[in-house]
Amino acid sequence: MNRRTFTALLIGGSAAGGALRAASRALAADPNEVSIMAQKFNFTPDTVKAKVGVPITFVLTSIDRVHGFKMPDFGIRTDIVPDEERRVTITPTKPGQFAYFCDVFCGDGHEDMGGVLIVEA
Amino acid sequence: MKTDRRDFLRLAGVAGVTFTAGLFPGYRASAQAAGNFHFVQISDTHWGYKGPANPDAEHTLEKAIVTVNGLAQKPDFIVFTGDLTHTTEDGTERRARMKRFKEIVSELAVKDVRFMPGEHDASLDKGAAFKEFFGDTHYTFDHKGVHFIALDNVSDPAAKLGDEQLAWLAADLKQRKPDDRIVVLCHRPLFDLVPSWDWTTADGAKAIDLLMPYQNVVVFYGHIHQEHHHMTGHIPHHAAKSLIFPQAEPGNAPRRPPPPPFDASLKPLGTRDIAVAATITMTELPVTKA
Repeated sequence: MNRRTFTALLIGGSAAGGALRAASRALAADPNEVSIMAQKFNFTPDTVKAKVGVPITFVLTSIDRVHGFKMPDFGIRTDIVPDEERRVTITPTKPGQFAYFCDVFCGDGHEDMGGVLIVEA
Repeated sequence: MKTDRRDFLRLAGVAGVTFTAGLFPGYRASAQAAGNFHFVQISDTHWGYKGPANPDAEHTLEKAIVTVNGLAQKPDFIVFTGDLTHTTEDGTERRARMKRFKEIVSELAVKDVRFMPGEHDASLDKGAAFKEFFGDTHYTFDHKGVHFIALDNVSDPAAKLGDEQLAWLAADLKQRKPDDRIVVLCHRPLFDLVPSWDWTTADGAKAIDLLMPYQNVVVFYGHIHQEHHHMTGHIPHHAAKSLIFPQAEPGNAPRRPPPPPFDASLKPLGTRDIAVAATITMTELPVTKA
């Protein structure tokens, strides 16, 4: 947590998350949305681009089983449950490349299930 | 002690790099001289793996056993710190791999062997198959005045110890004195080695907080397939090499890259002899030809 250099807002898919999601949309000034689909053993897409200071929302779905979505540099994680949509909004504050990956062990190939957020100035 | 260990390993012809750390700094050497001993750590054997990262995967474990059996001074016991088998989603195949693994390691001359799971063994069935073959996934034992704690940070697929195990750990530690010698064994790093590669334990910091009041604690783990040494406060954490393939150097890319090309000249695979006294002496034992 002490390495967190970004502001982050995690919104779950629960009923309580619905209210938070609405609040988030109100707070986020026209965020870019990127849909990311999880399935063993990859995220599609596995490369996402963003800009410093511009909020970006990941819309997360899974088509096979429970996966995880973790971005330690942003201090966020969530489960991705089939038939549910999870939304994660972040606002990058510096350029660079930052990993996202599945942190729920899902089989042979789990360790390769990840992607990179490329943040440009 | 250190010189003696080097000598006998050199005589055995298998000595690797020796690393001495200030283990048990609060412990009076004169008080434990009679309790000196050594044990061997073997990690990440991944039995069942087939792939280019180790073209000799079917024989590497057998070669390591030859090396350990060849030590001039037998270790008191041997610990396997997880990923005994390579993962498979087929429960029948998982058990077949564990059965074959157990047959192979029965060739170890030392019969006091302790097993711990890695995520490849336990994360897909919450440790069910592992328990059938090897028993509990977390436990304690005592040896010559040293308290060993084997932690399970893999049976939960989200890499957590969990509140129940943390409570168990806290209860066990309450029975220890502040200067007791404590060795913690686990698979994944308890600390945040490289969070962006998932080289961490989700709630490992809670375990470290529980251990922190004790003056003489050391942690041995696996998972990262390479020798690595790190301090959290006064607690050292030592990662072991694997017996299957090396992993990339921690944090050398935003995403964890695939295993580097296998280069036998780098001696990337091996086991570790650990001598316990007032200090700890770790001697890396590279895999040699059988």
